[in-house]
Amino acid sequence: MKLFGERPVNAGDAAFRLIALVFGLMVVGLLLVIILQLTSGAWIAITTFGLGFLVESTWDPVAREFGALPLIYGTVVSSLLALLFAVPVSVGAAVYLSEYAPDWLRTPVSFLVELLAAIPSIVYGLWGVFVMVPIVRSYIEVWLQERLGFLPLFQGPPYGLGMLAAGLILAIMILPIITAVSRDVMRAVPDTQREAMLALGATKWEVISRAVIPYARSGIVGATILGLGRALGETMAVTMVIGNRSEITGSLFGLAQTMASAIANEFTEATYDLYTSSLIELALVLLGVTVLLNAIARLLVWRVGGGPVGGRRE
Amino acid sequence: MSDVHIHRGTWSGLAILGLITSIIFVTIGCTSGATPPSALDKGSPGGAASTSGQRASLTGAGATFPYPLYSKWFDEYRRSVDPNVTINYQSIGSGGGKQQITQRTVDFGASDGPMSDEELQRAPGILHIPTVAGAVVIAYNVQGLDGGLKLTPEAIAGIFLGQVKKWNDPLIAAQNPEVRLPNADIAVVRRSDGSGTTNILTDYLSSVSLDWKSKVGAGTSVNWPVGLGAKGNEGVAGQVKQLPNSVGYVELAYAEQTRISYAEVQNKAGNFIQPTVRSTTAAAAGADIPADLRASIVDSAGADAYPIAGFTWLLVYQEQTDYGRGQALVNFLWWALHDGQKFAADLSYAPLPDNVVRLAEEKVRSITFQGNPLLTVQ
Repeated sequence: MKLFGERPVNAGDAAFRLIALVFGLMVVGLLLVIILQLTSGAWIAITTFGLGFLVESTWDPVAREFGALPLIYGTVVSSLLALLFAVPVSVGAAVYLSEYAPDWLRTPVSFLVELLAAIPSIVYGLWGVFVMVPIVRSYIEVWLQERLGFLPLFQGPPYGLGMLAAGLILAIMILPIITAVSRDVMRAVPDTQREAMLALGATKWEVISRAVIPYARSGIVGATILGLGRALGETMAVTMVIGNRSEITGSLFGLAQTMASAIANEFTEATYDLYTSSLIELALVLLGVTVLLNAIARLLVWRVGGGPVGGRRE
Repeated sequence: MSDVHIHRGTWSGLAILGLITSIIFVTIGCTSGATPPSALDKGSPGGAASTSGQRASLTGAGATFPYPLYSKWFDEYRRSVDPNVTINYQSIGSGGGKQQITQRTVDFGASDGPMSDEELQRAPGILHIPTVAGAVVIAYNVQGLDGGLKLTPEAIAGIFLGQVKKWNDPLIAAQNPEVRLPNADIAVVRRSDGSGTTNILTDYLSSVSLDWKSKVGAGTSVNWPVGLGAKGNEGVAGQVKQLPNSVGYVELAYAEQTRISYAEVQNKAGNFIQPTVRSTTAAAAGADIPADLRASIVDSAGADAYPIAGFTWLLVYQEQTDYGRGQALVNFLWWALHDGQKFAADLSYAPLPDNVVRLAEEKVRSITFQGNPLLTVQ
């Protein structure tokens, strides 16, 4: 049995290895227990609806019909929307902090960015409802509808609440983590890379776009995955601004609902077994979607991170 | 050699873990199961009820809607009636309350909606004891309209079905000739979380509109034809205040606290009734009460009855399994039905009308331990 690698030299070493092993196994065990527990809790729903649970769009507790497609749509689209808004801003902020900011400014700004990550999500939610949503309703949505109202993406009554608000609040919430991690990986790019580019007569922009970002890209993708993970599982803030309607509208102004917010909304008053079981299956699906999206993103990292680093010759 | 070490080590590690967990659980069990010693030190002030002198700790769980009143009751009961009785209540929601009393993990459950026949089959011998009634108001935000909006059942059903789309629809305007209603879209706001408030409103809509009954139905969460979902009474009230030309529903207590405008609703007798504690009690008095007290009091027949109202219940087993706790529970229920009622109105809950108190008394009298009635106070 080679669980430990080298044979322990003394008793203290052996004990520490053992403790580390137990903790290591505990993490794996925990995940297995969660999956097992969710599956057994969801069993009634799984056997009743089968695959229909994933492709049906009616969520009707009175008629006892549960289809999760609009909730899966809401979760995935709101999270991707958040990435769309947050990644450019985050990478831009990281480039500034790592490449341009003077030392006296870098530390306080970095500190503030990290502080943003520590704000509880309910606070973001309250701010979203009372500050952001009225602005989205009275200015952003009205502006978009006047100019681009012919596109299906911007149709429907401008409530303020809805997919756009959810994407925006999630973007704000994942911004700090993507910024902080991206900044760290950019700082870790060896100065020799920058100097080599400068020696070739490159401008600052060329140094950043050809040396720093390509070198750091797998780290940036990693930071994005972290942000995506947070966005997928975020519950309270999203519940407060998404409008909670189990529907696929295809419009940014449309009301929607995510899996996490459906569970948070309905679990306490789920009054019969099939209902509770369906909500637990929702949790299982959410876990599945998270794992799936993470796996796809991880593959992406391997693909982009596998090749040689540094700028390509053109 | 090292294999042996691993196994022995792993097992002793697990044993320690097990020990720690069991210590934690035992400690939690003790703190929640036992009455704090301070209850012993205080002498009984000899209130209205005689006390058995036995320390008893009751646990309950369920509805959030009556929680402010219940916590007042538990506190008051311990302070001025029986210092030996401690009641712990977790407001986890009606669904949780029904579930926990079915599994007998609590001494009483609490719910804003009665248990269904199917649920009762799994928990035979459960009694429904109504404690107070509550009303749900139709709150609105229409520019230039500070109050005095009158709504018929048809208008309310039409709005929530999405068939009445504009504020100046004839169904609304006909009853409000003195107000200028805007030609604006109605934005419907409803609860996103499962709730007893939703149950009362959808119960009402099902009884006044066949269309609603067949298309949507009644429940703590329903598949709403229109409307945006906000969490909690505060969420709905907040959105209604923010969104121009919106309409929503909140509990009476909540509406009074937040000073939101709410409508007078036409009742079965044809009168437009302002929701108040008094008109809610009138709804309970005017309704048909079945023998098991699982009564729906929406669309009540009384002339002064506000039509969107409902009871909230405590759920207890008729046959108790512990003499001391059973007796404490029964005496508390008796107190709640009588002396407890006077705390209700201050918190915007409607006290039970006399006819319902009589019926509930019968239920409390029928609670037994090994076949013998438990009630000692009269």
